[in-house]
Amino acid sequence: MQSLRHGALQSLPFLLVIAPFGLLFGVVATAAGFDLAETMGFTILVFAGASQFTAVQLMTDQAPVWLVILSSLAVNLRMAMYSASMVPWLGTASQPTRAAIAYALIDQTYVLSIDYYQNAPRLSLPQRLGYFAGTSLVMCGAWVSCSLAGAVFGRAIPDSIPLDFAVPITFLAMIAPALRTPAHVAAASVAVIVSLLLVGLPAGVGPMIAALLAMLTGAGVETMMIRRRDSA
Amino acid sequence: MPGYGSFEIWLIILSVAIGTFFLRYSFLGAIGNRPMPEWVLRMLRYTAVAVLPALAAPLVLWPAATEGQTDPARLAAAIVTVITGLVARNALAAIIAGAVTLAIGLYLS
Repeated sequence: MQSLRHGALQSLPFLLVIAPFGLLFGVVATAAGFDLAETMGFTILVFAGASQFTAVQLMTDQAPVWLVILSSLAVNLRMAMYSASMVPWLGTASQPTRAAIAYALIDQTYVLSIDYYQNAPRLSLPQRLGYFAGTSLVMCGAWVSCSLAGAVFGRAIPDSIPLDFAVPITFLAMIAPALRTPAHVAAASVAVIVSLLLVGLPAGVGPMIAALLAMLTGAGVETMMIRRRDSA
Repeated sequence: MPGYGSFEIWLIILSVAIGTFFLRYSFLGAIGNRPMPEWVLRMLRYTAVAVLPALAAPLVLWPAATEGQTDPARLAAAIVTVITGLVARNALAAIIAGAVTLAIGLYLS
C-alpha cells in the first residue's frame, strides 16, 4: 500500500507530459473524423500515444489498412524490449498479474519502475507490484481522461488553428531528446533522408522502408562503436 | 473517418491493440527468462528514432495543409522543435517551442 502511494506520487511530474499528449490525441483524432467511440477505442485498447498518432496520420493520408496496422505496431516494437527488461524484477508474478502489467507497460511506467527497482534491489515482489500499480493508476487514468476531454471539447477548436502540424511536431519532440548517441543520430538521419527520397510511393510505404533501413543503421553504428572501443 | 468503413476502423484499432499487447506481454508472459539475441535488442533500441522521423519528415517539408508546398512557418516550427528537444532534453518544452514558432510564423505570413 505504501509502495502504491510512492509510485503514484512519483508519477505526478509525468502528468505534465501525459496530460497534453492525451488532450492532443483526443483533439487530433476528432478533427481527423473519428467518432468518440473510435477515439476512445484507440486510447483505451491500444494505449500507446505514438502509435495512435501514427495510425491517425496514416489514415488521414488514406493508407491501406494493412500498412496502418504494420506501421503503428512498428512504433511499439520497443515495448518488447521493456517487457524483456522487466522479467528479472516481475517475472515471478502470477500469469494474470503479468498480463495486467503488460497492458500498462508504457514509456513512463517502465522508466519510473525500472529506475526504482534498480535503486532498491531488495524490495519484495508485492512492493515492486505495488509501485508499478501506483504509477499505472496515475498514468492510465490521466491518459484516458485527458484523451476523452480532448475528444469532447476538441470540436470547439476553430479551424484557423493549424492542428495538421500537431502530429509532426509531437513526433519530432518525442525523438529529439532521445538523440543521445551517434548511433541514434545516424538512425534518425537515414530515416529522414530515405523517407524523403521515397515520398512518391503509396502512403506509408516510404516511411516503413526508411524505418527498417534506419534501424539497421542504428544497430550497425552501435556495433562499430563497440568494436572500436574494444580495440582501443 | 472518411475513406474507411466502420469495420475497417475497428479492424485497425483491434489489430494494433492486440499486437501492442503481445509486444508488451512477449517476454513477461510467454517467452519467460530466455535471453533475447543481442542483435534483436540492438535493432529494437532504434525503433522509435527510426519510425517517428521517417513519418514526420515528409509532413514537415510538404504539408498537406498547404497542398504540398513547403511552408516557411511549418519548416521553422519543426527546426525549433528539434533544437529545443536536443538542448532541453524535454519533449514538452520542444512541443511548446514548436507551437509558439508556428503561431508566430503563420501570423507573420
